[in-house]
Amino acid sequence: MSQQAVNGVQSRGKVLTLDNMNPNVKQVYYAVRGPIVQRAVQIEKELKEGVKKPFTEVIKANIGDAHAMGQKPITFLRQVLALCSYPELLEDTKFPEDAKKRARRILDACGGHSIGAYSASQGIECIRQDVARYIEKRDGGISSDPDNIFLSTGASDAIVTILKLLVCGEGRDRTGVMISIPQYPLYSAALADLGAVQINYYLDEDKCWGLDVTELKRSLNAARQHCNPRVLCIINPGNPTGQVQSRQCIEDVIRFAKEEHLFLMADEVYQDNVYAEGCEFHSFKKVLFEMGPEYSNTVEMASFHSTSKCYMGECGFRGGYMEIINMDPEVKAQLIKLVSVRLCPPVPGQALLDLVVNPPQPDEPSYATFMKERTAVLAALAEKAKITEQIFNTVPGITCNPVQGAMYTFPRITLPQKAIDKAKAEDQAPDMLYCMRLLEEEGICLVPGSGFGQREGTFHFRMTILPPTEKLKIVLQKISAFHLRFTQEFS
Amino acid sequence: MKPVSFVRQVLAVCLYPELLKDNQLPLDVRQRAQRLLQACDGDSVGEDWKKVVVKLLAGVEGEIQTGVLTPTPGPHTLPKLLDECGVTMVPYQLMEDQGWALDLDDLHRALMVARGHCNPRAIYISNPGNPTGHVQDRKSIEEVIQFAAAERLLLLVDEVYQESVHGQGREFISYKKVLFEMGKEYSETVEMVSFHSVSSASFGECGLRAGYMEVVNMDPEVMHYVETLLCTNICAPVTGQLALDLMANPPKPGDSSYDTYTQELVLIRTTLSQNARRAQEFLNDLPGMSCQSAMGGIYLYPRLHLPSEIIEQAKKSEVEPDVLYCQRLLEGEGVLVGAGCQYGEKTGKHHLRLCTLVPPDTLDEVLARLGSFHLRLMSGTTSA
Repeated sequence: MSQQAVNGVQSRGKVLTLDNMNPNVKQVYYAVRGPIVQRAVQIEKELKEGVKKPFTEVIKANIGDAHAMGQKPITFLRQVLALCSYPELLEDTKFPEDAKKRARRILDACGGHSIGAYSASQGIECIRQDVARYIEKRDGGISSDPDNIFLSTGASDAIVTILKLLVCGEGRDRTGVMISIPQYPLYSAALADLGAVQINYYLDEDKCWGLDVTELKRSLNAARQHCNPRVLCIINPGNPTGQVQSRQCIEDVIRFAKEEHLFLMADEVYQDNVYAEGCEFHSFKKVLFEMGPEYSNTVEMASFHSTSKCYMGECGFRGGYMEIINMDPEVKAQLIKLVSVRLCPPVPGQALLDLVVNPPQPDEPSYATFMKERTAVLAALAEKAKITEQIFNTVPGITCNPVQGAMYTFPRITLPQKAIDKAKAEDQAPDMLYCMRLLEEEGICLVPGSGFGQREGTFHFRMTILPPTEKLKIVLQKISAFHLRFTQEFS
Repeated sequence: MKPVSFVRQVLAVCLYPELLKDNQLPLDVRQRAQRLLQACDGDSVGEDWKKVVVKLLAGVEGEIQTGVLTPTPGPHTLPKLLDECGVTMVPYQLMEDQGWALDLDDLHRALMVARGHCNPRAIYISNPGNPTGHVQDRKSIEEVIQFAAAERLLLLVDEVYQESVHGQGREFISYKKVLFEMGKEYSETVEMVSFHSVSSASFGECGLRAGYMEVVNMDPEVMHYVETLLCTNICAPVTGQLALDLMANPPKPGDSSYDTYTQELVLIRTTLSQNARRAQEFLNDLPGMSCQSAMGGIYLYPRLHLPSEIIEQAKKSEVEPDVLYCQRLLEGEGVLVGAGCQYGEKTGKHHLRLCTLVPPDTLDEVLARLGSFHLRLMSGTTSA
């Protein structure tokens, strides 16, 4: 007999309700796919059903999904993946030799020569070796150990895995994790899920979203009152802000991490997306090692990369990796155990990653086409970054920092007090009100800045620069016009 | 085992749409790929479906932990997964001498004991069973549903091997179907999540990492959080989702690929069924080994009746006897099988888990080597 029956209580209602579900999960929000996107999807359905709207399509500029916005996949990558999926095509003369060579090599490394087989949990060994070589080449020869490479299901998976290892303690000893504001909401969501303490450090909007060590210090000292800060997360190039940190800044952060005994997590998924003059991507690993053994032998770090961004944009494949530096060997053993629980990262994603780190070389048949396509994608993004900054800055009430890198713009919008009041009365963030109106009136889906974090009293939105150039120009114009209307309406 | 041609052809075309023009590929392959490419903006299910649901059940840290009843023996990744989510495992024992059937009495016992130290809120079922290969009959399924309803437990039903049923006279019936055939009193109240995957179906596409879950009677407010949690995984790999669609939507009679597809699937299924039978007979005949017939799934789970010397040696080496057995088998014969203690056995009984979804020649080789090793061990001629 159940307890309830014994107690004579009639049990109606669900076993699993909001009141008795995991309370941490209730704190998990992911603005990039939150309520505004749900409404966007609803509107798309309505359009399909023939409902009349002031627009004919919803432009989803909310998520960094390149292919969904028309970016073409890189031919070479898809040829090799097709060959891996259906190896009979290796007999097909349409496919170039260098693609076939790589497909054969990948298939040889797979169980039963099939990408359908489980791989080792840490990822296929020869791919990890290729990743290590790629890192060495990128970082001017600084050595990389394949055993410190963990392939993952997108970078998100690796990031959450490391956070899992780091979170412990109760009450005032609970692990605190420093993350930039604005931030990519995977971090806040993961921290909420794990019940870790989120420690915000503010990027400086007036200095092109630059990072200042004094702000890191302030944030850390304040946090020490109520938790045990152990981790510092940094996204470079930044999401949503797009800033590319200077070498000096990276050194400062590493020094700070060492002094304050923090584990560094460097999210570098946009490392190929650098557009602004005078900006250059410096990997945290490279800078760390160039700072000498006092740092390179001691600072514990994990760097993350992915196949979802850069010139590939292959978000759906869920390819990624992390490189761990100076991790305690006993903890590493635990990490290996942890990743084994979910068996292995998707093998097509691993195969794709292998091609990214092992692209066609100058003496290979696919090189010319590959470089042409790659250059075209990156050049288009650079152009769109510039256009975006220019057009937004012509609008009174919109201020836009240069989009130095990544795939987004995060302009600041001035909202009339009446709009702010209306939003508050409706228990809504003012920038959410703004974005919802934009969606309803123009069919453009953006993410309100409140989803990423921002200084109190400021408002922003995040827009991707992914739509094709001509469409992007139209989107920019529509947003500009909307902003003026909105400001008028609420003045 | 070979991948299913239709699946891989469609995947290849989806990956490299240039192949849409390739006349050497069957028409239905190209048409299906075209449709899928057009649809590639669909809804998604995260691959970590088990984790998502288990997470929701987890309680507040520090307070009394949520418990989930889990089968013993059961999937070996389950304990770690529950532990990761901060949830207590409450094992219930399956009945080996009845083909690994569920024991309702033991479910009650486990629940009673559990209530002393945690808050049991869900029951995990593996049907067909991993590693046991047991396929529940309708009566058993009804009993479990009634139990879950009476004791207010969420049903987590792992049905990933539903397409691998080969036992005589046994058929897979889904928990959902039984639930709905039990009338409104149950079908409108019992909360359930059932799972399936492309890893374990006749497709065997483990590397693609895709599956689905169907949620029944979940509180809509809680559903919102299922979606939120899945969001942070972004989506299941698209190649996996495509394979899933093909699994749910195979070629029909009249389609160009139908014949080849059907032949390949029949071959996989007959191989599995013949392998399971052949292996079970062979293993059961070995002295010191007994093996229940598997009705479904892709494993056999024979029991080892080990001589006391081996048990002693295992104690000295501080490993479980079945682990010692597996280590020696690996070293001596180059055959890797699973040790029963990984699947939750703590009763002092020892087992092996052997995969039967392999080409027949491979199975013969495995059985020959295993048999030879086992006989040597039992006659005391294997070195310590």
